[in-house]
Amino acid sequence: MGAYEFDLWVFMLAAFLGFQLIRGVSPMLHTPLMSLTNAISAITVVGAILLTGEKEASTLSRILGFSAVFLAVLNVVSGYLITDRMLKMFKKREPAKK
Amino acid sequence: MKLDETILPLLYMLAAIGFILAIKWLNSPATARRGVIVGEIGMLLAVVGTLLRFEVVQYQWILVAFVLGTAVGIPIAYIMPMTAVPQRTAFSHACGALASALIGTAEYYKGINQGPALTSVEMTALIIETLLGFLTFTASMMAFGKLQEVLPQRPITYKGQNFVNLGVFAAAAGIGLALIISPERTVLFPVFTVLALTFGVLLIIPIGGADMPTVIALLNSYAGLSASAMGFVLNNKLLIVAGALDGSSGFILSIIMCRAMNRSFSNVLFGAFGQLQTTVASSEARPYRSASAEEAAQILDSARNVVVIPGYGMAVAQAQHKLREMFDVLTKRGVSVEFAIHPVAGRMPGHMNVLLAEADVPYDKLREMDDINPEMANVDVALIIGANDVVNPVAETDPKSPIAGMPIIQAYKARTVMVIKRSMNPGFAGIDNDLYYMPNTLMLFGDAKAFVSSLVKELSAIARAA
Repeated sequence: MGAYEFDLWVFMLAAFLGFQLIRGVSPMLHTPLMSLTNAISAITVVGAILLTGEKEASTLSRILGFSAVFLAVLNVVSGYLITDRMLKMFKKREPAKK
Repeated sequence: MKLDETILPLLYMLAAIGFILAIKWLNSPATARRGVIVGEIGMLLAVVGTLLRFEVVQYQWILVAFVLGTAVGIPIAYIMPMTAVPQRTAFSHACGALASALIGTAEYYKGINQGPALTSVEMTALIIETLLGFLTFTASMMAFGKLQEVLPQRPITYKGQNFVNLGVFAAAAGIGLALIISPERTVLFPVFTVLALTFGVLLIIPIGGADMPTVIALLNSYAGLSASAMGFVLNNKLLIVAGALDGSSGFILSIIMCRAMNRSFSNVLFGAFGQLQTTVASSEARPYRSASAEEAAQILDSARNVVVIPGYGMAVAQAQHKLREMFDVLTKRGVSVEFAIHPVAGRMPGHMNVLLAEADVPYDKLREMDDINPEMANVDVALIIGANDVVNPVAETDPKSPIAGMPIIQAYKARTVMVIKRSMNPGFAGIDNDLYYMPNTLMLFGDAKAFVSSLVKELSAIARAA
């Protein structure tokens, strides 16, 4: 089995798993869902690090890789923080106050 | 024992498990925050695992980018008001998509100039990655511009628009194919890039504000698929899995949004909604009834149950906090108050829920459309704030209407319907709303926030007098 064939199987199964998981998410949380999956897809930071950190990377690779690390980290940080900030607001009972 | 072949693949696998659990635990608000934490841990493991790989030797630039990304990301997450969530989402799709397009570009030139040469499979994945990346980047920036109201929200159409759009896309795809067949034709790559970027802009020009929920979800999906394609180029399973999760999530959300409008994908993308029926029979003035805040407050106070139906207008007027005060006062008076949320209310999926949650409305009072519709006939007062099409009975009665067949919240079944609205002018879609002319409907004219706050004042006065 070629590497790409294996990769396609992984993709197919992950996509189906994704469908099943997302179906279970309450519509109430669709906005946090979107910001969370957005933060998760900033996993591209892996590719960006590999590119930027290489020993004999060309200047072009370095510049593009650097920008990509910046953009991905921006998404990771703001994505997770804002998801948490939103989820914190979903409370069942309002705080007892007078 | 080499670290790269033993420990690091396990770190990636743990990261994937973290992402899967993160989404799984989002099925209930009670476990959702735990999900965010495992998602964060997953990301941390992936980053550490990558930094430890033997190819990574130059750390200084990575470090600088980390510091800068964090320095910009933290203020965005904390300072940004909740009403700006749709814009931020569009912006982060743009960032994510651009990141993967830039990596694809760099991988392409690396393959050409330094080798190893890219195989045709890798080249195919790379073209998909950069195509989706670049077009999602400009499309998301356009969506951001429309949501931020830097650009006009109204759909812009011209004759032959679909033809031009499809032509640009076909050209980009054709050149992409040529690059897959012979990657050494480097002159084609910049042309490909420009076409992909242009297509992204063209794609959003005809999209109106009301269609934003679908489009944002679709862009979410594209950004994820682009990341997944990168996994094929780099032969990295974690990227494939994380990208596929994001891709399927965006895809499902956009299907849900389309269903909630009874429209197809192609209709959203190529239909230019809102242009269809600008001429309505508005010349003949139909009779309607209006009421003052005082009268409305009395009706609300004597009701047993009230259902509030919010729409984008509530977000624009920032009326959610005043609504919460009204909720408090009425609840204290023994009136049951619930909120009915249409799936496409607002500018992104779940927009209304986030705003109401921010205003401290308990989430068990937020009800979904399908869940509350069977109960609408037993509702004393349906109070509509800033929503229009999603409560328009025309969707059920007039098969010729542009919104025919769209599922609506059946506010018209309630004993009394109250609509807070600035004037009788039909909304942007230009579709007259029959609900406003029904005998049991009371129009409450004014700014949503101002009117709700006078309702709160009147209700408090009644409560004190009692």
